[in-house]
Amino acid sequence: MNNLQSLSYYWPELLLVTIILTAVIYDLLTKPSESQRVGLLVFAGLILTLFANWFTSAERNITLFLDSLALDPFAQFFKTIIIFSTLFVILISRKSNELRNYRTGEYYTLIAIMVFGMFLMVSAIDLIMVYLSIEVVSISSFILAGYLKKDQRSNESSLKYVIYGAFSSGLMLFGLSILFGLTGTTKFFEIQNALAGLDTSSHFALIIASIFILAGFGYKISAVPFHFWTPDVYEGAPTPVTAYLSVAPKAAGFALAIRFFHVLFTDAGLLLDSGNGISTIPWPQVLAGISVATMTLGNLVAIQQSSVKRMLAYSSIAHAGYMLMAMPILSGNGVFAIMIYLVMYLFMNLGAFFVVIIVKNKTGGETFEDFRGLGWEMPIVGIVMALFMLSLTGIPPTAGFIGKFYLFAAVIKAGPAFYWLVFAGAVNSVISLYYYMHVVKVMFFEGESKKKLLFPSVLESTLIITLAVPTLLLGIYWTPIAEWITNSLRFYYQSI
Amino acid sequence: MDQLQNYLFIAAALFSLGLFAVITRRNAVAVLMGVELILNSANVNFLAFSRFGGMNFNGHVFALFVIIMAAVEAAVALAIIINLYNNYQSINVDEASQLKR
Repeated sequence: MNNLQSLSYYWPELLLVTIILTAVIYDLLTKPSESQRVGLLVFAGLILTLFANWFTSAERNITLFLDSLALDPFAQFFKTIIIFSTLFVILISRKSNELRNYRTGEYYTLIAIMVFGMFLMVSAIDLIMVYLSIEVVSISSFILAGYLKKDQRSNESSLKYVIYGAFSSGLMLFGLSILFGLTGTTKFFEIQNALAGLDTSSHFALIIASIFILAGFGYKISAVPFHFWTPDVYEGAPTPVTAYLSVAPKAAGFALAIRFFHVLFTDAGLLLDSGNGISTIPWPQVLAGISVATMTLGNLVAIQQSSVKRMLAYSSIAHAGYMLMAMPILSGNGVFAIMIYLVMYLFMNLGAFFVVIIVKNKTGGETFEDFRGLGWEMPIVGIVMALFMLSLTGIPPTAGFIGKFYLFAAVIKAGPAFYWLVFAGAVNSVISLYYYMHVVKVMFFEGESKKKLLFPSVLESTLIITLAVPTLLLGIYWTPIAEWITNSLRFYYQSI
Repeated sequence: MDQLQNYLFIAAALFSLGLFAVITRRNAVAVLMGVELILNSANVNFLAFSRFGGMNFNGHVFALFVIIMAAVEAAVALAIIINLYNNYQSINVDEASQLKR
């Protein structure tokens, strides 16, 4: 579809861009003390975008702008996840003490720009668009991570982020350039055809290109060995930003990786067939190895942390590892499992980080020391946090259990070759039980019980309860979510 | 010097130099320059493939976008480095090590 025709299908994004520009101008007109209003503007705009996204017809796969973006239910699913997490983060940002002394107009504008970048990421089907969208998201998040200009830790985290981020996107770009040289095109579908007809002399170059491109994706979803930035950035960045980075860009990164590997390799059967260039490296085994390394490292290092925020950073690495378990299969089941896990992960992980924000507002710290006796002092927060911890571990009847159940089931269905992967995942879940339960133990079984009960503000309690209800409910009744995902995948896979 | 190979060698050399700079330099600006070298090595690749591979203009377009993004990235990175200097009175990346390893 050419550029002019595409515009009529592109109005959610056009609306979003209008909101971004309005927010920039509105920010100039408001006093610094009232800059929170920009957040409300962006919030309202994102709700409009959410409806626009739902009502855009995607009854069939449409490619926009001369085959550089795809409009399909798969992209719409991820756009919905991204908007939901953004809405929650905008609301909690209003309550965060860390951001109180800063002008927040640009903060909300940057979040909106990130949403736009992630919209491009989840629908990119052109190498140029892949690179551009990743950069738009990364560059905005560099600034957000260092938003507390006078805070040395925030500054350090943004420095580390910008160096790792720019470096790994450079690596990916070099890989993309080799891939472009091998295939002579930047469009996914044309690359797919070109790869199928590639002769053996260029296999080595193809392997090099794949490794470089994998580095770029691995950085975005913080998979081992490209995870080094994650703990430091997550610890130093303002907590609302950390919560956001651990959910939305990760979801977008998975969407991009699924689309890339699916369209380029599996449609042509390249990843699994023997006797062609891609399969000289056993990709399923490599991806499975990365998955096990990611979850094991995340869990083992998380045990040793004294800061809850940093512990959650490592736990988010571990969760990326769980989701990667389903990547090597790349069947309909695997993608389905990743998508349902992302929905569950959205609620429980944002919830856990929001509790950290509330505790930090109260005590000014985020270590286990600050959580001591919290369950008796702030009962609502304590109970809700316990629920999030149970769910992150994957204990029934919580959402986390359903997510993990589908992941494990997808891997088992793939056959005996991957049973060891399931075993590794199960062992890791047991390890993670230790440090998640440590939080619960500190909250309820340590410290003296306080006489006076504390309650968080109305907005804070509403937010964490809004996140806690789905965390519990989706563990009991998840059929609507499953049906929604099945519908989103209908065009990808004939049978699920 | 009008063969694809020569340009690919130049690109590979630029890439390796950039990688070397990123890994060994401790000065934040020098690290940033290493990243720019990597980006430009990819640019040389794109242009060489477009020119000698008998391909369409996609490579040229890609290179243009990369130049724009490199400028954006440099702007943000330099702003962060200036902020680093304000906080630490130094632009040595090793100075910033408050967050636990």
